[in-house]
Amino acid sequence: MKLLTHNLLSSHVRGVGPRGFPLRLQATEVRISPVEFNPDFVARMIPKVEWAALLEAADTLHLVEVPKEPIQGYEHDERFLRKMHHVLLEVDVLEGTLQCPESGRLFPISRGIPNMLLSDEETET
Amino acid sequence: MAVPGPVNRYLLLMAQEHLEFRLPEIKSLLSLFGGQFTSSQETYGKSPFWILSIPSEDIARNLMKRTVCAKSIFELWGHGKSPEELYSSLKNYPVEKMVCSEMWFSIADGQRELIESYSVKKRHFIGNTSMDAGLSFIMANHGKVKENDIVFDPFVGTGGLLIASAHFGAYVYGTDIDYNTVHGLGKASRKNQKWRGPDENIRANLRQYGLEKYYLDVLVSDASKPSWRKGTYFDAVITDPPYGIRESTRRTGSQKEIPKGIEKCPETHVPVSLSYHLSDMFFDLLNFAAETLVLGGRLVYWLPVYTPEYTEEMVPWHPCLKLISNCEQKLSSHTSRRLVTMEKVKEFENRDQYSHLLSDHFLPYQGHNSFREKYFSGVTKRIAKEEKSSQE
Repeated sequence: MKLLTHNLLSSHVRGVGPRGFPLRLQATEVRISPVEFNPDFVARMIPKVEWAALLEAADTLHLVEVPKEPIQGYEHDERFLRKMHHVLLEVDVLEGTLQCPESGRLFPISRGIPNMLLSDEETET
Repeated sequence: MAVPGPVNRYLLLMAQEHLEFRLPEIKSLLSLFGGQFTSSQETYGKSPFWILSIPSEDIARNLMKRTVCAKSIFELWGHGKSPEELYSSLKNYPVEKMVCSEMWFSIADGQRELIESYSVKKRHFIGNTSMDAGLSFIMANHGKVKENDIVFDPFVGTGGLLIASAHFGAYVYGTDIDYNTVHGLGKASRKNQKWRGPDENIRANLRQYGLEKYYLDVLVSDASKPSWRKGTYFDAVITDPPYGIRESTRRTGSQKEIPKGIEKCPETHVPVSLSYHLSDMFFDLLNFAAETLVLGGRLVYWLPVYTPEYTEEMVPWHPCLKLISNCEQKLSSHTSRRLVTMEKVKEFENRDQYSHLLSDHFLPYQGHNSFREKYFSGVTKRIAKEEKSSQE
């Protein structure tokens, strides 16, 4: 699971609403997988990122050199974009859990794939 | 209607396959590249030759880089029903524009060889209902997929639709309720093969075609209970939902329900096997698309219909989504599926979730909850008839 994905995921446990984001990340196995750098794609993603959630996740994984916020003119700043590319797309959580911050419900990640299934009782209608 | 001028007219040679899908594909692509569909031709139904006005050669070339429905494109210098008509038509074409070059006979060929290179027969990882390669590219074209888009398939299965979008430069997400399919485990769909091998999963499929860099993530998730945070981040949602015939329609259920042969999801033991009423599924899908698509983004999906009862009013409706096209593909004598393309034209506000529950537009599709029964009733009738006639 990439950190871009973590940034877009939220818990849908009943009653939790917007307090289901961000999910608390815990990782037991992480892999760095190189991905071809595409500055245009990374630049497109910057406005969609919830920065506080990203920093929290990056911190949990002990990542360094993570920009604290988007900088002026980021679209043309290759150094900035390369750092964001690495954080968002190259860090892969293979094994771990995502936890709903409100209800404590755990969603496992195995082989890099999060399992977000909830039973009827647990979900909002 | 004004007749287009002599210059900038092109002759498209179309493939004689997926006839109904061709016009929406060409229109979507022209719109994607900044052109508009203009033509003096009346019917496109059966003819393989289409005459179009395209404002620039660049747009024409871009069109050909994407289309799987058109085989070739030619500059049209003249045409007529008789030699005299043709001659005078040619005389009107400015001589200085008649450039003789290597491209004399054809400016560009379409992308039909993609159908062969991406054929499901050669793909490493397939499922029982993997989409025919040509149709998956047509779907991506209907969805106006372009480079650096994010495309999402909520019923991803083995990822066939993601491959087409990735080929056009989009980054892809998929979810599926089936744990084994997403992980690439369990029984194989290929004849003579028992279990899936280690290179059989969605990521491996993309890797097979050199498209792994476009793989974002896949998740095990129930499309009726999505896990995305509030926001608009998908440029297109392109999907083939299960119809309940070859793959079951499912959603997660309650621990309290008495399961008879109910499966539990490995890992979390969430019960998975309630049948998902088809009309609920499309309600959820349209709502989901309206909420998470960017403005101008497209939803492309297959809608199964019981042909004797089908009317256009049955196509699900949503106040935020505009219907762009609706193309039929026959499945059997009394069933077909329709490729529906919609575009988000209005931002989503919460109340939209409920407004169309009350709309009559929506209720006609309720009948299709029994699509599965109707499909099989046709089959059992035919079998009974065959048995009877063989006994006579």
